[in-house]
Amino acid sequence: MELYDILFWVLSAIAVSCALGVILSRNPVNSVLFLILTFFAISGHYVLMNAQFLAIVNIIVYAGAIMVLFLFVIMLMNLNADVEPQKGQLVQLAGVISGGILFLVVLASIKTAKAEIMDKTSTDIGLISNLGKVLFKEYVLPFEISSVLFLSAMIGAIVIGKKEEVKTSATAKMEHVSE
Amino acid sequence: MPVNSTHYLFLSLLLFSIGVMGALMRRNAIIIFMCIELMLNAVNLLLVAFSKIYADANAQLFVFFIMVVAAAEVAVGLAIIVMMYRKVHSVDINILNRLKH
Repeated sequence: MELYDILFWVLSAIAVSCALGVILSRNPVNSVLFLILTFFAISGHYVLMNAQFLAIVNIIVYAGAIMVLFLFVIMLMNLNADVEPQKGQLVQLAGVISGGILFLVVLASIKTAKAEIMDKTSTDIGLISNLGKVLFKEYVLPFEISSVLFLSAMIGAIVIGKKEEVKTSATAKMEHVSE
Repeated sequence: MPVNSTHYLFLSLLLFSIGVMGALMRRNAIIIFMCIELMLNAVNLLLVAFSKIYADANAQLFVFFIMVVAAAEVAVGLAIIVMMYRKVHSVDINILNRLKH
């Protein structure tokens, strides 16, 4: 057994067990921490497959920014295991069975897939110089459009998250002044 | 048995199924949102694996764009959840199934 295989199995075990921890833990803060661990394990897989740029972006963007945003929102709402809404046993069982059926169906369909040999020698396609060349030669338009997407998401988040009471109280104050 | 493409197919299928199970099992809107992130990451892992097998950089660019879209999605989705919490003081999705307040 090579080092690659050992690392693959260890990282896979961490990823799957932490993913189970995300959906099974009662406390939402624990779920977020388990999800961060899952993302670190997936980043380890990326490093294993010579996708160093994506591994770093995965850690910075997902584990660093997005999950901290989740954590902030959970702590802002003061959620804990006591106020955690729970589905009935029957609905939970139905969820597990339907997820399991999806797993079995896709498993049956990919069971006969041809096993492509992994080339375990190190390549440089995942390095930032190569990815940057591809990004700015072939994907310039999607890159620019994604900046518009970010702008609209930013404006949307601000518009949605704005308090509506602020406007009504301001208009009430103005009416009060005009009286 | 050395690691080949089938192992990565099984791993990402397992992670994706766990994400689907979580989205169906839980009632907390934030946990459901996190399960969606888990599903996106399972797909990303498979794309990177096939990028390695076929020595193709395009798949890694796709992963990059998926991360971009996921970041935008999280910003808007969490704003919606915060607004919902402000209105009904709960993140239970069963409160929202009547399409009225």
